[in-house]
Amino acid sequence: MPQANIIPLFIAISLGGAFLISIIGRRIKGFPDLMGNLTTFMLLCLSVSALKLSNSYGTIIYSVGSWKPPAGIAMVLDGFTSFMLVTINLVAFIVSIYAINYMEKYTSKWKFYTLFLLMLAGMNGVILTGDIFNLFVFLEIASVASYALVAFGTERHELEAAFKYAVMGTIGSLFILIGIVFLYSYTSTLNMADMAAILAHKGIGNVGLLVSVLFIMGFGLKAALVPFHAWLPDAHPSAPAPISAMLSGVLVKSLGVYTICRIFFNVIGFSLEISSLLMFLGAASMVIGVFLAIGQWDFKRLLAYHSISQIGYVILGIGLGTPLGILGGLFHLFNHSIFKSLLFLNSGAVEYSTGTRNLQKMGGLREKMPVTSATSLTASMAIAGIPPFNGFWSKLLIIIAAVEAGRFGYAFLAVLASIITLASFTKVLKYAFFGKLREKWNNIKEVPLFMALAMAALAFICIVGGVMLFPGIVTSFLKPAADVLSEGAKYSVTVLQGVANSPTGHSVE
Amino acid sequence: MIREQDKGMSVIVKTVTRFTMGLILLYGIYILSHGHLSPGGGFAGGVIVALSFVLLMLAYGKETALKKFPKGVVSFFENAGAIMFLSIALLGFTGGYFFLNFLDKGEPYKLFSAGIIPLCNIAISLKVGAGLFAIFVALVLVKLESEKKV
Repeated sequence: MPQANIIPLFIAISLGGAFLISIIGRRIKGFPDLMGNLTTFMLLCLSVSALKLSNSYGTIIYSVGSWKPPAGIAMVLDGFTSFMLVTINLVAFIVSIYAINYMEKYTSKWKFYTLFLLMLAGMNGVILTGDIFNLFVFLEIASVASYALVAFGTERHELEAAFKYAVMGTIGSLFILIGIVFLYSYTSTLNMADMAAILAHKGIGNVGLLVSVLFIMGFGLKAALVPFHAWLPDAHPSAPAPISAMLSGVLVKSLGVYTICRIFFNVIGFSLEISSLLMFLGAASMVIGVFLAIGQWDFKRLLAYHSISQIGYVILGIGLGTPLGILGGLFHLFNHSIFKSLLFLNSGAVEYSTGTRNLQKMGGLREKMPVTSATSLTASMAIAGIPPFNGFWSKLLIIIAAVEAGRFGYAFLAVLASIITLASFTKVLKYAFFGKLREKWNNIKEVPLFMALAMAALAFICIVGGVMLFPGIVTSFLKPAADVLSEGAKYSVTVLQGVANSPTGHSVE
Repeated sequence: MIREQDKGMSVIVKTVTRFTMGLILLYGIYILSHGHLSPGGGFAGGVIVALSFVLLMLAYGKETALKKFPKGVVSFFENAGAIMFLSIALLGFTGGYFFLNFLDKGEPYKLFSAGIIPLCNIAISLKVGAGLFAIFVALVLVKLESEKKV
């Protein structure tokens, strides 16, 4: 299939953009902006066409270098993959528009764009690959780029946060690598579909249990689930605002949540124990995250704790294991990446104009920064789950799914966390945007055009996000993604079938 | 002139370095160009090539090494290696597949064989060698900066 050739382009274009910016961008002013935005725009267009492709052809397998999987490296495009690709590249495109103005205050913008695109390449690679070691390599590309981006300001606290993040992230990667080593020695294959077939045949055994524990720790650390969350509240606020938006919006999800889903639903196989464990971790993150958030006075730190809490919702929904729960969890994943990026961009806008992140020093900014305060209001309502906004629908689905599954306690905790989220964002709005304007903020201005544009675009998606659940749209975007997970064992059959049917490619003797 | 001789290590080390540096460089090139025939390849060869410059820097001090191999050139080589590797992968599309080995495979165990693999090794060695040397330079420069502050 000739259209399948777009699959490797996700990685090739972002890597190519990164290295071209690094080689040319340092000499020509304006080139990094142009090239960075062009690259993310191309990736967004590609991901939309990938979504169309997977809707019309189902699962597509691409054999890299025409070496036939399972020995060769496979890239797999199915409903879940294209859903994640659209989410990631949409946020990346909007964030890169925002960065045109925001990153002016830093020197060497080309370094920012290079690292940004490398991180994007890593994330797209993690999503697309069908090979578990390849997944680890891309995961490390994205992680290492994000360590450098957290330290981008090179102030003392930023370096400290980046160091902490790097140490914790490396420990997480180490657990993942050990897990992959055990799985490889047990199944003698690295292709995820082949691995799933062998595991289903041989039984997961004690090795499978050990690997599950290692993966929960490793990917849980990347996803910042509660016992492994300590790095996130330092790392996310320290990065420049566009990067905070990327880290909280999509990096945590593609490296943590996506990989947990892919491995536990499609490779190892979903069991009752894993379901209860995921639900427990999700509920713990949800409640503990929000309780830690409510006392914060640093705008970005508060948002970082809310990220932990919202990831808890996603994991709770997916951990329920029912089709509705998975659908709600994935929908919340998409919604969270939109409104949390928007909130981080808002905090960046406030910092850009006033130079502070302390909520107690702000006040009355609504008069001077109408766009920022309006978009911030939208995002706060969305994250708190107020009806017309997108966050309401996904939280509703998760709660309904929990009630349907008979998990009334978890449903109650989800409602409780939502109410505390509302309280916490009422505090943000009251201290930052409403109330009386302080004397010293009389001279501040609204943020420049591109920043305002990016925030308005995200706010628009927040408002209309609910349409994703309309019958015609849900079947082309959310449903295929949820189906891949709820029919977990079908993944290996579909992929191996696709490999067997692929006309070209030489097999490895 | 006298000051330049003061930099770096003793005259014994400098003399030995002068004799061995070329050999190390040559050995690195040997390793990387025979990557498809014998153990080694782009990564190992690139590391050995970088080590020859690291040795030069250790023996003669950073000015001499950076004069031979300035920072801008290091960074250029690093990016050029990455772009070369990516272009080889993209050229595979001429045969219909990403990373397709589209060149003639040639006769096994000959130096000019195996299609794109030697080219990939050269690209990797550029990236790895320049990258490793850049990391070393960065560490040296950061050390000097922090000493200045004290």
